[in-house]
Amino acid sequence: MISVTINGERRQLEAPLNCTELLARLDLAGKRVALERNGEIVPRSQFAVERLAEGDRLEIVVAVGGG
Amino acid sequence: MKPHENLDPLVIAGKPYRSRLLIGTGKYKDFAETRAAVEASGAEIVTVAIRRTNIGQDPKQPSLLEFLPPSKYTLLPNTAGCYTADDAVRTLRLARELLDGHELVKLEVLGDPKSLYPNIVDTLAAAKTLVKEGFKVMVYTSDDPIIARQLEEAGCVAVMPLASLIGSGMGILNPWNLGIIIEQAKVPVLVDAGVGTASDAAIAMELGCDGVLMNTAVAAAKNPMLMASAMKLAVEAGRAAFLAGRMPRKLYSAAPSSPTAGLITPSPKP
Repeated sequence: MISVTINGERRQLEAPLNCTELLARLDLAGKRVALERNGEIVPRSQFAVERLAEGDRLEIVVAVGGG
Repeated sequence: MKPHENLDPLVIAGKPYRSRLLIGTGKYKDFAETRAAVEASGAEIVTVAIRRTNIGQDPKQPSLLEFLPPSKYTLLPNTAGCYTADDAVRTLRLARELLDGHELVKLEVLGDPKSLYPNIVDTLAAAKTLVKEGFKVMVYTSDDPIIARQLEEAGCVAVMPLASLIGSGMGILNPWNLGIIIEQAKVPVLVDAGVGTASDAAIAMELGCDGVLMNTAVAAAKNPMLMASAMKLAVEAGRAAFLAGRMPRKLYSAAPSSPTAGLITPSPKP
């Protein structure tokens, strides 16, 4: 198990897991999202190879209505 | 025939647009209403916000981009709600990734949650970073002509001064400052924020603005679709009036519109 912060919320996750697996676990597979890990963008092409680590801070964002 | 529609495009970062009205997508009842209003407005550029996804929500819930597909609209991700240059830059990096490398963005860094007045120091700092990273930055700013010039010099592709505070609907409070900004700018100047009704948009365009960006004026109208269409007409009318060149203002008319000769009774002496 690792402890990570996703969108400001702490979560325990079964490790190892990469970003693709994380999104699947969060029911976000196939959704148009962008991911930031510890302040750095994770390109979509890297989702399957980038592994999460203990203490990671993740932001997962979408486009919403705004002016 | 409306020649200005085809022969007079709004060019931003080298790309021509037919519509000079840019529409925000916030504050609508639902996505269907958002789309209907955007369609009625004729806008080609629509702003979107970037927010944390709601984890645990129904995965079948529709997303905004299904209603406003990037293949049909130029999405303009904004940094609304950001209060520091760092947050704004991070938000737009995420936006670029989210929208497959899309570079055209709207930068706004706010200074105060009550007035939503821009923080110009951080706006300028963020603009410089974003330009260096290859973003095409349309920047929300105050109506200070010096700051507008500095933002342009920093490489922003459009300068977007407020007409009045965001969401206030107070209209154009300082046409003279806008006039100075328009006169000096070599990039498009768009009024962003403060438009309340169609005449405000028309006035902005008559002043020589290249476009108008609005959200609340449409979304908060009793009938958003009708207001969107009113705004479309107002922006077109204002632009046409600007291009036509208005008559000079005179306190008295020395020349009535009808002939002075042939009256059945002579005019009184002035």
